[in-house]
Amino acid sequence: MVTVVHENLESTEAKMSARDVSVFYGDKKAIDNVSIDIPTEYVTAFIGPSGCGKSTFLRSLNRMNDTIPSARVEGEITLDGEDIYSPKLDVVQLRARVGMVFQKPNPFPKSIYENVAYGPKIHGFAEGKDELDAIVEKSLRRAGLWEEVKERLQDSGTALSGGQQQRLCIARAIAVDPEVILMDEPCSALDPIATAKIEELIDELNGRYAIVIVTHSMQQAARVSQRTAFFHLGKMVEYGRTSDIFTNPIEQRTQDYITGRYG
Amino acid sequence: MSEQIAPTRTPVFEARLKKRYAAEKRFRTMGLGAIVFSITVLLYLLGTMTLNGIGGFQRAEVAVPIDFTQAGISADPAVMDSSGAMQSLEDQGLPQVVQYFADEALGEEGAAQIGGQAWRDVAAAIAADPGIVERQETFWLPASANLASGYEGEGSQEMQALAASLAAEGKLEKNFDVGFFSRADATNPQQVGIWGALKGSILTMIVTLALAFPIGVLAALYLEEYAPKNKWTDVIELSINNLAAVPSIIFGLLGLAVFLTVFPNFRSAPLIGGMTLALMTMPVIVIAGRNAIKAVPPSIRDGALAVGASPVQVVFHHVLPLALPGILTGTIIGMARALGETAPLLMIGMRAFVASPPDDFTSPATVLPMQIFLWSDEIDRGFVERTSAAIIVLLLFLLVMNGLAIYLRNKFEKKW
Repeated sequence: MVTVVHENLESTEAKMSARDVSVFYGDKKAIDNVSIDIPTEYVTAFIGPSGCGKSTFLRSLNRMNDTIPSARVEGEITLDGEDIYSPKLDVVQLRARVGMVFQKPNPFPKSIYENVAYGPKIHGFAEGKDELDAIVEKSLRRAGLWEEVKERLQDSGTALSGGQQQRLCIARAIAVDPEVILMDEPCSALDPIATAKIEELIDELNGRYAIVIVTHSMQQAARVSQRTAFFHLGKMVEYGRTSDIFTNPIEQRTQDYITGRYG
Repeated sequence: MSEQIAPTRTPVFEARLKKRYAAEKRFRTMGLGAIVFSITVLLYLLGTMTLNGIGGFQRAEVAVPIDFTQAGISADPAVMDSSGAMQSLEDQGLPQVVQYFADEALGEEGAAQIGGQAWRDVAAAIAADPGIVERQETFWLPASANLASGYEGEGSQEMQALAASLAAEGKLEKNFDVGFFSRADATNPQQVGIWGALKGSILTMIVTLALAFPIGVLAALYLEEYAPKNKWTDVIELSINNLAAVPSIIFGLLGLAVFLTVFPNFRSAPLIGGMTLALMTMPVIVIAGRNAIKAVPPSIRDGALAVGASPVQVVFHHVLPLALPGILTGTIIGMARALGETAPLLMIGMRAFVASPPDDFTSPATVLPMQIFLWSDEIDRGFVERTSAAIIVLLLFLLVMNGLAIYLRNKFEKKW
């Protein structure tokens, strides 16, 4: 079965692109021959039923799968034309360029300030305390959290509410000034109000960073993304403009999924 | 059909419910009983120990007035400062002077009623204040072992009578024995001290901690964070688990065969003792450390990796600080076990009569539990109380060590 890629996509320059990517866990093939271009200007959403491999594929974009000993990636994934699985590429540098936000908010059990300052500190981005303070403030502002926490930067990051914690994690990712931000179901552990705030935030960050979001919620994909890829059973079934995918899907399986027949 | 009773309201169900409550109540009572029993036994143990031990911190002393103006002992302050004081005073006949005045004070055979080394107490007083040799001074000197047991109402009738009469004259009484905390082992229970064994234990524990903690933590970190999961790491894990369960005497044999072959001159030394105990403590720290490291949520590692931390940074900035409280708990358990251990130390010669506290890590020493064992083996009745006193010191040492570790653990937990 071949992936259907809509033809009306403008030929934008791809920030990241995957060519014939397959991911294995041991002998099990979790992702089968996926090819996709991820543009800078848009938010790209990966949708699909549970276990379809969308998170696996996302995690192979910044080599987080390296932490799983049995995982193996075939094919080519490039960032600005550079093969990210090439032995010459430094994985630490890659992850600084391709940030990630996880399903469950995972702030470090340190102060709010330390959480945001950690990345810039280990990469030596800031000369002295003032610069670091500035980065922390800028990142928290961009994550829309500054007003809520500016009085208590020394409080523990884990003392915040779930939604605030997730925005703190986004601030933490932004602080190292990445080029791409990967979000793995960032709202699945949050209530609707916190979800709305994260979605607003994604809208604001759109354009500044290439954003890829994995989501279970089709409404969310429709709200925040401009490009949508539908995954099913390890294959990418269809990729196109979000509006087209939701209104005029070409594939029957896409149609079935978005109308709620399965998933 | 309305007659049908819901299954939860049938008599059978209610009877079963009653049975379940009864079982729960029985179980609770048994649990409570177990705790009450343990506490009672513990209190009894501590109570008898303390009652016995209080006597161990005291000793029977006799009053001996010494008139130095007749003795002709000179105490040159320059000599008194140095370690030659004892030698100088002994050469000048201080032991004989003390015996002479003991005869004077206690009547015939008076010299036999004070401990043979009692002159050392006098010498120490002179060294501390050379001015004493110019005047008359009353010293409380340790009673001889026979007189001391007579004072306790044991031993021969004559001794009991003598002790009673001396006590009536106010020349014999039990005083708190400060010197117990500065002396080492001796043959006379009146003159033993715990400091030698306590210092030996402290030195041994320092060596054990310095070896077992870093090696144990590094091994745990490597096995959990870096080592590939294959049959080699399985074998290593199995070996470590087995090592933790090996009887401690085997470690003593290992210490004897390996360490004492390499360092034959360090027999009985805290260095070798510490190395042997470190072998025993390390697997405990590795196992506790691995569990603590495993308990650090993977999401924290992911979070750190995703902002571009290198594996070493993930370990030292996130995993280790979070695992530290658990690692410290394991270390406390391991160290407490090492502190109370005698069997492995028997094999490397720490079961020795060591009459002076160890100077450093390589001088002969004994440790607290070994001292307790040695004293409890003595025939002289005076050692019974001393043994209890030594047990109290050991328990207090354990308490201080654990208290410190718990304090450190809480401090790290608060910070995170």
